[in-house]
Amino acid sequence: MPGGRQGGRRRSRLRLSNIYAFKCRKSSFQEDHSQIGGPGFSRVVYCNEPNSPASERRNYAGNYVRSTKYTPASFIPKSLFEQFRRVANFYFLVTGILSLTPLSPYSAVSALLPLGFVILVSMVKEGIEDWGRKRQDIEVNNRRVKVHDGNGNFRQEEWRELKVGDIVRVEKDEFFPADLLLLSSSYEDSICYVETMNLDGETNLKVKQGLEATSSALHEDSDFKELKAVVRCEDPNADLYTFVGTLHLEEQRHPLSIQQLLLRDSKLRNTEYVYGAVVFTGHDTKVIQNSTDPPSKRSRIERKMDKIIYMMFFVVFLMSFIGSIVFGIETREDRARAGGRTERWYLKPDDADIFFDPEKAPLAAILHFFTAVMLYSYFIPISLYVSIEIVKVLQSVFINNDILMYYEETDKPAHARTSNLNEELGMVDTILSDKTGTLTCNSMEFIKCSIAGTAYGRGITEVERSMAMRSGGAALVGDDLDVVVDKSGPKIKGFNFQDERVMKGNWVKQREAAVMQKFFRLLAVCHTAIPETDEATGAVSYEAESPDEAAFVVAARELGFEFFSRTQNGISFRELDLATGQKVERVYRLLNVLEFNSARKRMSVIVRDEDGKLLLLSKGADNVMFERLAKNGRKFEEKTREHVNEYADAGLRTLILAYREVDENEYIEFSKNFNEAKNSVTTDRESLIDEITDQMERDLILLGATAVEDKLQNGVPECIDKLAQAGIKIWVLTGDKMETAINIGFACSLLRQEMKQIIINLETPHIKALEKAGEKDAIEQASRESVVKQMEEGKALITGSSGSHEAFALIIDGKSLTYALEDDFKKQFLDLATGCASVICCRSSPKQKALVTRLVKSGTGKTTLGIGDGANDVGMLQEADIGIGISGVEGMQAVMSSDIAIAQFRYLERLLLVHGHWCYSRISSMICYFFYKNITFGVTVFLYEAYTSFSAQPAYNDWFLSLFNVFFSSLPVIALGVFDQDVSSRFCYKFPLLYQEGVQNLLFSWKRIIGWMFNGLITALAIFFICKESQEHQLYNPNGKTAGREILGGTIYTCIVWVVNLQMVLAISYFTWVQHIVIWGSIALWYIFLMVYGAMGPSFSTDAYKVFLETLAPAPSYWLTTLFVMIFALIPYFVFKSIQMRFFPGYHQMIQWIRYEGHSNDPEFVEMVRQRSIRPTTVGFTARRAASVRRSGRFHDQLKKNFIAF
Amino acid sequence: MSSNMASSSAGSGDSSAARKNSKRPKCIDYSSALLSLTLLDSKFTQQELPACKPILTPGWVISTFLIVSVIFIPLGVISLFASQDVVEIVDRYDNDCIPAPARTNKVAFIQGAAPKSCNRTLTVTKRMKQPIYVYYQLENFYQNHRRYVKSRSDSQLRSPKFENQISACKPEDDAGGKPIVPCGLIAWSLFNDTYTLSRNNTPLAVNKKGIAWKSDKEHKFGNKVFPKNFQKGNLTGGATLNPDIPLSEQEDLIVWMRTAALPTFRKLYGKIETDLENGDTIQVTLQNNYNTYSFSGKKKLVLSTTSWLGGKNDFLGIAYLTVGGICFFLALAFTIMYLVKPRRLGDPSYLSWNRNPGGGR
Repeated sequence: MPGGRQGGRRRSRLRLSNIYAFKCRKSSFQEDHSQIGGPGFSRVVYCNEPNSPASERRNYAGNYVRSTKYTPASFIPKSLFEQFRRVANFYFLVTGILSLTPLSPYSAVSALLPLGFVILVSMVKEGIEDWGRKRQDIEVNNRRVKVHDGNGNFRQEEWRELKVGDIVRVEKDEFFPADLLLLSSSYEDSICYVETMNLDGETNLKVKQGLEATSSALHEDSDFKELKAVVRCEDPNADLYTFVGTLHLEEQRHPLSIQQLLLRDSKLRNTEYVYGAVVFTGHDTKVIQNSTDPPSKRSRIERKMDKIIYMMFFVVFLMSFIGSIVFGIETREDRARAGGRTERWYLKPDDADIFFDPEKAPLAAILHFFTAVMLYSYFIPISLYVSIEIVKVLQSVFINNDILMYYEETDKPAHARTSNLNEELGMVDTILSDKTGTLTCNSMEFIKCSIAGTAYGRGITEVERSMAMRSGGAALVGDDLDVVVDKSGPKIKGFNFQDERVMKGNWVKQREAAVMQKFFRLLAVCHTAIPETDEATGAVSYEAESPDEAAFVVAARELGFEFFSRTQNGISFRELDLATGQKVERVYRLLNVLEFNSARKRMSVIVRDEDGKLLLLSKGADNVMFERLAKNGRKFEEKTREHVNEYADAGLRTLILAYREVDENEYIEFSKNFNEAKNSVTTDRESLIDEITDQMERDLILLGATAVEDKLQNGVPECIDKLAQAGIKIWVLTGDKMETAINIGFACSLLRQEMKQIIINLETPHIKALEKAGEKDAIEQASRESVVKQMEEGKALITGSSGSHEAFALIIDGKSLTYALEDDFKKQFLDLATGCASVICCRSSPKQKALVTRLVKSGTGKTTLGIGDGANDVGMLQEADIGIGISGVEGMQAVMSSDIAIAQFRYLERLLLVHGHWCYSRISSMICYFFYKNITFGVTVFLYEAYTSFSAQPAYNDWFLSLFNVFFSSLPVIALGVFDQDVSSRFCYKFPLLYQEGVQNLLFSWKRIIGWMFNGLITALAIFFICKESQEHQLYNPNGKTAGREILGGTIYTCIVWVVNLQMVLAISYFTWVQHIVIWGSIALWYIFLMVYGAMGPSFSTDAYKVFLETLAPAPSYWLTTLFVMIFALIPYFVFKSIQMRFFPGYHQMIQWIRYEGHSNDPEFVEMVRQRSIRPTTVGFTARRAASVRRSGRFHDQLKKNFIAF
Repeated sequence: MSSNMASSSAGSGDSSAARKNSKRPKCIDYSSALLSLTLLDSKFTQQELPACKPILTPGWVISTFLIVSVIFIPLGVISLFASQDVVEIVDRYDNDCIPAPARTNKVAFIQGAAPKSCNRTLTVTKRMKQPIYVYYQLENFYQNHRRYVKSRSDSQLRSPKFENQISACKPEDDAGGKPIVPCGLIAWSLFNDTYTLSRNNTPLAVNKKGIAWKSDKEHKFGNKVFPKNFQKGNLTGGATLNPDIPLSEQEDLIVWMRTAALPTFRKLYGKIETDLENGDTIQVTLQNNYNTYSFSGKKKLVLSTTSWLGGKNDFLGIAYLTVGGICFFLALAFTIMYLVKPRRLGDPSYLSWNRNPGGGR
């Protein structure tokens, strides 16, 4: 229905404040206001005169916002600083600086250039990332808003131009450009609706209300011409929920609270426009004061890598030390003997500078130490960090572009917000998951109801389906599935109700039609939702505070009671007139709204219907509602209770609906008291209101109950099953109540029937009695004891059953958790929890979620992954090693604080099992390989130096030395990090236990790292000594020429390039054209470089001049040596790998065998392999099937032994 | 299989989607400069490039070893033959060329003014075809010492323009304020023993041309650079140079200046361009000038022919043969291992996953 009924602009100037009885209290001068003007409360805003001298003196910051890490000026120094904070880079900087001194064994430019290159690449990467933020800033700062120009006109201006004191006009669905003081709105009582999704992630609308003093006078643009007001308020701070200030208007002082403050980055909704005065701008705004950098997380592998680097430093220093001592001794031998003779006279030791002076051999040795440290810098891969960064960025690109993690419905691909943690995804031991919105959709669907003692609704819930499966009726489930699937027409969001007795107006024919009418009317009237009518189609949609509420209004609409308009004091809806069978409009006068809160657990409205009757319509939780029924209102109580219990078992959220007629006198009395209480300023105001409403909401007449399903997301049980097979433990941390949590646990196979449930709560009679008595200390004492006792019992149960196949589940509620998380008991709690297959914490607060996460993380030392979608999960996400945000309906807060965002829980499977595993195996192989190749290279440098009496003379040309890491060996290892797949994604899915490689960190264990290093060492020994021996007498070509330093160096270097790249060929298991290009390309590049560099003229190439074309290439012995060395050096690894592959295969190698032998397509075989891999205590439906197989005794004895060994 | 459900259901349905303006991962995110370089097609972004996935099956392992041994053994034989073809005469003379009375203080003798002439006789045991290369071999001489290697001025050697670039040459940089050409320790310590050969009392010509690398002669040592102030310092090192011959023609110097890689090295002295017959005796008259005694370095005179592979060095041939043999043995060993411990194709009993109790339970 299009607007215009009420005429002109005034239509929407409604007085809505009575919907919000509790929230919209007027602020009053409290003690806070006395601080105005004092320290911390010094801000003065001259409204409407931003350019006055008084304002300018204050000189508040502009509205320009910068989220970039760097400015153009600070980019160079700051990013350089960032780079050199890394210890390895710093080391290279120091060696680079030292290379400018005469200490250097090589030319300075050859040392500095690769360092510069590496740093430049890192800086370019930083720059590109920052540029993305910069573009976002530009977009935000250039948004436009209407600003008062001082003459009663508003004109468009950019956000960044805003100044403190400006008056702005914000239109519907626009963002607020700064923190504004609400002056007036399109509604009469200057209410406006605000969506704060960007602040706290909540999608529901919040109400703000301006002061009476401002709203009464300011309605039009032109009203602002004469406005003069001064705001004195607090200084900028990060508290989103308080604001203290005073408005000086026309000689009067008015108190201001957060209720008048519109925060930047929140959005104006359901309100045509508002006027506001700018109070805080730019970086002073609360949202920006709030934005702290997320804690930067580093992956386990990187931390271990740092250890390896330190280890390498130690090796370097040790070698330098040994070298220095030998050098010192040998130099000392050179000192002049009797008669002025020296031993190695050709070195002129008697006329040496300080570096070689035999008279000062100790000093020379110390100086040599520095030279050696520079020379051995090739042990530490200079390009390691930058290569890993490049690889990780590319891996993130793969994650972002994965079509299988793209959610069509919301158009959201996966988004890796940080690339730091890719490999950590492959090592997750425990997943801590939120429930609502993560496991479930958080889109409530009206699915069942019970009216007048009759249950309606034929829909089958996910939980019911799984319960049916639990009782073993697979065929039956199949049938039921068809019923659900067989839906006609497009699905309506929030509505999944199927019952021909009620639908399409058929309810009229039911026996209790009158009750049903009341029931549906209540659904249409008793709520705080706001309708929005699509002008074109006339379709009505709703903005509601919670998805439950939206589901009710939608259900009412679908059943023929269409709520379409909310006015100042009325609610209009269309319904079928029972008598005429026509659609009629009805308008109920809305008198009061008694709001929902978690203490009351109910919500009511008081309305006057068209006949003038006063009605109290109420809906609420069963435990509060049943006790409020009147004696004559309990007609359907028994039946309804029965249905409600059934619904709860099916995992549904239930509400009881009831009403009563209110006596006119009673209402007058109530109204008076209620208004009084609302306007009171005493501290017990809340309890006063509670008391008054409590008296009103009595003697209700029961209508029925509703059941709303919070649906499991698609594929959640399958995903959990896979993750469980992968050996990942899954904990559910939810704010829901225990019953719901347990039901969902069953639905997604986290719990199964034969599991022993260890339930820890404080619902014991003893404690309840104490609670009644209200002695705080006693309660606490008793609670603590009770929790500890329950934990001990649970532990005893688990130890008692060790060796059997029994699985346990731990379910603990929030109150008990408080005690279990105390320092003295948390160890015990963790012990108990890790002994259980599944853990469910219900009724837990955001803080507790974070605490549990921390406990698991620090207690087990394993990698934890937090996944959630709401603002309440932020703590958990930041605490966990990896935070995964679900970009669902609950806003962006979780996503903003997550490391990786995905659209659906089920994508976790691919993210972990495929991407996680790949990234883990890639990065760990990559790092191992890096150290391998650098040790190979570094050891040859060291060995050669030993033959020069440790004088720090390398065998290679300076540029050979410095380009090794950058050119001849870096691209293949990057390709390894980006492309290698030990096992294809299909097999990652088929054999989830492969994931354990990461959890147990088999691919980056010290054994493997040291193994690779050892491989590097023997390779280097082989290369060096074979080359040396083969040129022993150094007649190496048919022309009788002898081999000099440059020829030995060139030969060794060629061998290294070959061996290191061929080693890569042996190490990778996935050969695409990319690998071919980079590996053969790197080798070719070496020869090309030799030729190009050798042709550059002797002043530049020094001893490498024409070394390849003139000396190396024509000599058959060079080629024969190369061929021999490259095969010989790889034989040890090849033998090792052949034996390992065949006789001691790792997990991924086993799967490679299975693939190779073609068994992957044999379902029976795959199943058999998988059976072996399942641990009896895991969860998921496969485990459930395995358990039933086990019970039937078909299990092989040998296998049983395996399991027991667990 | 239930396990396939998730993957297949996730895969289907996605392909037929409206693509305009959606964030659906397509091919390339061109907006990012880093990526457009590498990303080519969707097979690429979905990581499904066609690939070869080799694994080390028994067939591969055994045939690799066999192939290596089949290639290596013949190569070893050929190399060994080549090395065996080479005839080499080595004569150590550093000790014998000091008169017996002076042997208690060799250093004093070599630095003294006594005549250093010395006669040696060599016997040819096998026919040597020309060219026969004459080398001197020094041992325990660290031509690769950093101080030594750096002590030269390449630019000075190349062109008279850079005569004064002597900073690297200390302490042999100048003599009485005038730059030394060639400067530095390497040139200063130039080897100065000389050999005069004769066969059956007829002089045997030793050609000292063409012993240096062409690139050295043409590009590193200038033909307009003449020795100056050489060996004029307070201490004479090794040989002197004829100041009338440009450096590019001073091949002894050029050979010497290419520093050796290891403390034991040979350097080419000259070529004999006539065949030597089996049983020939060769008289060598040498001037034993060079001081290797202070650092106990040996001096040897070497006459050698060459093969296509270079000088006499059995190492490569033996190494090839050995490794070829080892590979053959490994091929056998692996065959036996695979036979003794056979694994029925696909027998999962080898695939015991649970070796490693996970999760530390």
